[in-house]
Amino acid sequence: MSKKYNGFDKDRRKFLLTATAITGAVGISVAGIPFVTSMKPSEKAKAAGASVAVDTSKIEKGSLLTTEWRGQPVWILNRTEDMVKGLSKMETNLADPQLKVTSQQPKYCQNPTRSIKSDLLVVVGICTHLGCSPTAKLQPKGDMGDNWTGGFFCPCHGSKFDLAGRVYKGSPAPTNLVVPPHKYIDEKTILIGEDQKDEA
Amino acid sequence: MKKNSLILAILLFPFFIWNNSYAADGSFHLDNAKIDLDDQQSLQRGARNFINYCLNCHSANYMRYNRLQDIGLSEDEIKKNLLFTADKSGELMNISMDTVEAKKWFGANPPNLTVTARSRGKDWIYTYLRTFYIDDSRELGWNNLVYPNAAMPHVLWELQGTQVYKDNQLSLLKAGVLSEQEYDQFVLDTTNYMVFMAEPAKLVRHKIGYFVLGFLVILLILVINLKREFWKDIK
Amino acid sequence: MERKNNLMTWVDERLPVSSFIKNHLTQYYAPKNFNFLYFFGALAIVLFALQILTGIFLTMHYKPDALHAFASVEYIMRDVSFGWVIRYMHSTGASLFFVVIYMHMFRAIIYGSYKQPRELLWIFGVLIFLLLMAEAFFGYLLPWGQMSYWGAQVIVNLFATVPFIGPDLAEWVRGDYLVSDATLNRFFAFHVIALPLALAGLIFLHLAALHSVGSNNPDGIEIKLTKDKKTGIPLDGIPFHPYYTVKDLIGLTVFLIVFTTIIFFMPEVGGYFLEHNNFVPADPLVTPAHIAPVWYFTPFYSILRAVPPIFNSQFPGVAAMGAAVLILFIVPWLDKSKVKSIRYKGALYKKWLAAFVLSFLILGYLGTVPSNIWGQIPNFIPLLGGLDLATFVARVFTIVYFAFFVLMPFYSKKDKTKPVPNRVTS
Repeated sequence: MSKKYNGFDKDRRKFLLTATAITGAVGISVAGIPFVTSMKPSEKAKAAGASVAVDTSKIEKGSLLTTEWRGQPVWILNRTEDMVKGLSKMETNLADPQLKVTSQQPKYCQNPTRSIKSDLLVVVGICTHLGCSPTAKLQPKGDMGDNWTGGFFCPCHGSKFDLAGRVYKGSPAPTNLVVPPHKYIDEKTILIGEDQKDEA
Repeated sequence: MKKNSLILAILLFPFFIWNNSYAADGSFHLDNAKIDLDDQQSLQRGARNFINYCLNCHSANYMRYNRLQDIGLSEDEIKKNLLFTADKSGELMNISMDTVEAKKWFGANPPNLTVTARSRGKDWIYTYLRTFYIDDSRELGWNNLVYPNAAMPHVLWELQGTQVYKDNQLSLLKAGVLSEQEYDQFVLDTTNYMVFMAEPAKLVRHKIGYFVLGFLVILLILVINLKREFWKDIK
Repeated sequence: MERKNNLMTWVDERLPVSSFIKNHLTQYYAPKNFNFLYFFGALAIVLFALQILTGIFLTMHYKPDALHAFASVEYIMRDVSFGWVIRYMHSTGASLFFVVIYMHMFRAIIYGSYKQPRELLWIFGVLIFLLLMAEAFFGYLLPWGQMSYWGAQVIVNLFATVPFIGPDLAEWVRGDYLVSDATLNRFFAFHVIALPLALAGLIFLHLAALHSVGSNNPDGIEIKLTKDKKTGIPLDGIPFHPYYTVKDLIGLTVFLIVFTTIIFFMPEVGGYFLEHNNFVPADPLVTPAHIAPVWYFTPFYSILRAVPPIFNSQFPGVAAMGAAVLILFIVPWLDKSKVKSIRYKGALYKKWLAAFVLSFLILGYLGTVPSNIWGQIPNFIPLLGGLDLATFVARVFTIVYFAFFVLMPFYSKKDKTKPVPNRVTS
């Protein structure tokens, strides 16, 4: 055995082995890129999930419009002045009135009304508990009992949310409803799916 | 050595019988369309021509409008100038024409043109769109040299003018809006665009290919040296 | 270091990994005189793995449904990120698989690698070739273009020529009265799971048989006959690893250069790898003017066309095409030569082999073109007048193709062989 290996340059052999191994590994990793990226959402999925423009001028004060974005219901609620005023009185009943879980809304909605314009709330109508769609119970009292001040109620496990989509204490849902990225293209039109620029 | 070259010759045999011809319906000689996929201006003009003139009857619904960004158009430009049949730039190039109605008008359904440049070839499209002539025996009054008895009328006659075919020769009967040269360029741009549309990846394919080949040549040098080094052991 | 050894011991007590590596790589002794033709076996395995890998990713996006199949392929080509790379890898891989396999078989034929004791190894190989043809045929329907559709239509109709049960058989294969959604769906099932599974099993058997008898070599000399008296290692053998692993890396890299050149610069290869007409969606009402199978089937397709119908039945042509492949199975018993390798065979064998290779290539070319390509034989020539010249040529070479095998027992026996040395030559 030892005779056979006489006279070779050990360092050169080691260098060539390492260089080939590294080059080969780089090649294989780069070749993996097409395969990995092919599993990302395709152009078709992106087109289907493209941002949705909604004209808000036709939503009456105190009523709700449901639209669809990426297969999810998105609510646009045109809140009356009373509704907006009522939000600040709710805080003791809520689990996270200060919006400490910041992932539930974009930066520009990190405010007491959770919205860009104080009257128009845009929120994904999916309960943060197990993904049911809550029912709108916008009017106070009614079948929700005398203490109800208006909001959303999830029929699956009884989670309650206020008119800013904030979750009540004691609900199974852990966090507030999600405010999706959105921006105003003009005075009346909201584009759901695209973030507002930071300066606003 | 002699044997190796023989084997090499056998390996290369298929390339000697290269079959570049596309199966043509007639044996009409096709003009060479000198397209240039790097010419974004030509591609953009072609896209406009295609959407204005072809996309009324022919769909191209494997192609998304926003893919036009690959040839240098911005999303806003696409939305403003080209989005006639759709609301969003992510949509496919569909048409609103009813296929049943179309069959009544033309006797055949206008085919989807997305990948026609790959089935017919660029030269066919380029020649086809330039060889329409008046033929009263046809229902719609038009015939074509490349594709005899084509169901399609000469949609571009206002641009090209009207041609007659006599003594194996096409000649202009009435001039169109464009000169002959301008019309040829118009068709060339459209062909260029259709080649792009048939395979958008073609724009990046070659560029990636050079990197890959460069990498493999380096790897080849390494493995040849590695093999030589190890085979020094073998007596 | 010690830790590694401990782990290895732990594993080895439960699964013989170390001894497997020894037996099949570091102490598997291969003849030291392999030439470049010995790259193709390893390349075939690499290609099989690549086809499986790209196939899995294509399956994620492809829809085996007559209404959506064509569009889903275009979806892969444009909407899926880098889908076009994966698709071209798969389509180019299919064609190159046959290039590699044909070279691999050619190598086995010229060096007599099918001869005793490697008959079973050869039979597994021919079986792999057969299944590979089926795999390619089923896969070719999936893009659902005109050539896919009419190619499948023609091939399935071959079954209809079988006497008595033919029409029922063809209907059973299609699952319909014409090639349709049902056909596409079942071909998809065969292409993505049934045949790859069977191929994997056969490749395993092929390799197991190879490693039990050992590799042949360009001299056709059994290296196991001359062993080192002390160590018992064949004097002309070298460990497969590292010597042939590093050598195969060269073959692999050269192959990858060819492979990627095609993928990135000429994926259609002039209409041979991806046929122009296959960019037209399948239309059961319009037959393309000229139907030709993909290039790797054309030698056999030529034989099919060359055989004239007998009693108005196309079956003899179909039978001849089948026989052209099946005859490979009995080659080990047709070759009566005393030597294995072409290096020690005489001029007679070499002439026959040259005639065979020529006939295979010419039949292959003729299969890609319409049979009237060379015009007709003039009418004043008796018997043959009016016949398509290309058909006549195809007939001649079909006879040569079969004569190579059928007459092999005679000419291989008569052939003047040269003396074979005891040790391999370099």
